[in-house]
Amino acid sequence: MGKIIEIIALEKKYGSKKVLDNISLTLESGTIVGLLGPNGCGKTSLIKVMAGLIKDYNGKVLIDGNEPGEASKALISYLPEKTYLSENYRAREAMDFFEDFYTDFDRKKAEEMFQQFKLDPNQKIKSMSKGMQEKVQLILVMSRRAKIYLLDEPLGGLDPASRKAMLDIILNNYSEDSVVLISTHLIHDVERIFDKVIMVGDRRILIDDTVDNIRESKGKSVVELFEEVFKC
Amino acid sequence: MANDFSSNVPIYIQIMNDVKLKIVAGVWEPGQRLQSVRDLAVEFSVNPNTMQRALAELERDGLLYTERTSGRYVAQDHQKILKARSEMARQYTDNYYDAMEKLGYKRDEVIYIVTNKLDLIKGEGSNG
Repeated sequence: MGKIIEIIALEKKYGSKKVLDNISLTLESGTIVGLLGPNGCGKTSLIKVMAGLIKDYNGKVLIDGNEPGEASKALISYLPEKTYLSENYRAREAMDFFEDFYTDFDRKKAEEMFQQFKLDPNQKIKSMSKGMQEKVQLILVMSRRAKIYLLDEPLGGLDPASRKAMLDIILNNYSEDSVVLISTHLIHDVERIFDKVIMVGDRRILIDDTVDNIRESKGKSVVELFEEVFKC
Repeated sequence: MANDFSSNVPIYIQIMNDVKLKIVAGVWEPGQRLQSVRDLAVEFSVNPNTMQRALAELERDGLLYTERTSGRYVAQDHQKILKARSEMARQYTDNYYDAMEKLGYKRDEVIYIVTNKLDLIKGEGSNG
């Protein structure tokens, strides 16, 4: 396991409004990390900085040793909060798009997963349910052989059965030299797949620890700790 | 598989117990080759590192062993498996007795309830 992402004293403002304040963290390859926090706590901004989509920040961000840019984008498979697939695409065309765009896209793998989840590659994206659309998107993103997967709310609008299916997709497809960062505010049934969790609240990191350490030292599950930290 | 992970016990220890149960109950037979860590991780819905840690601990306990080239297997040492089984039985018994004590039951009442239960099972068995 090596350090693949390192962030030191990151700060991000929108105008005069600070959304990230003194964020420092490291992520190691071979791990699955949960980025947890209530809505509007800065999770998406933090992920966008790592993905190289937000450039006007202060502090140091290193992706595999380099600042975010063209080189780092090739290492990162990013699932945005909102879809960027054209609604008029058929699922098959979305696969074509990924194949053209990303040299590390494994089409065979994607097609197998389409079959496994009974998705029709000829169906138009816009005629799919929200859950199906999210599955298509996650399958595409996880079919890249990337070193870094940044998944922003991949479990958003899914029922528990689909959530389990999504977690299986993630567990089955990340490789041991890659890191998976999953942001979510629905932690109830996902904490068992994380190596560690980072809880963000009020622009800062409040907790950064392994799941088993939290259980051992605090005598609480991550869900219980989350509820305590973010008590309204 | 739906797993209920109680909150203050590290997940790898809970996985160890689940796997141990499969071994001592013979669901996984002595000498049987295990699936890959990743497949097991998916089956138990846990992180592969957690699964790896649980399996490594069970290997240390002698319930599993690794052949360098071909993978991980269930131990063939029946003595060890029996010992693990009676340890688990003692643990379950302790837990049960503690819970009954908390409910305010006395020794004799516990014996009565257990005996009743056993008779009930016996009755069901002979009917079936």
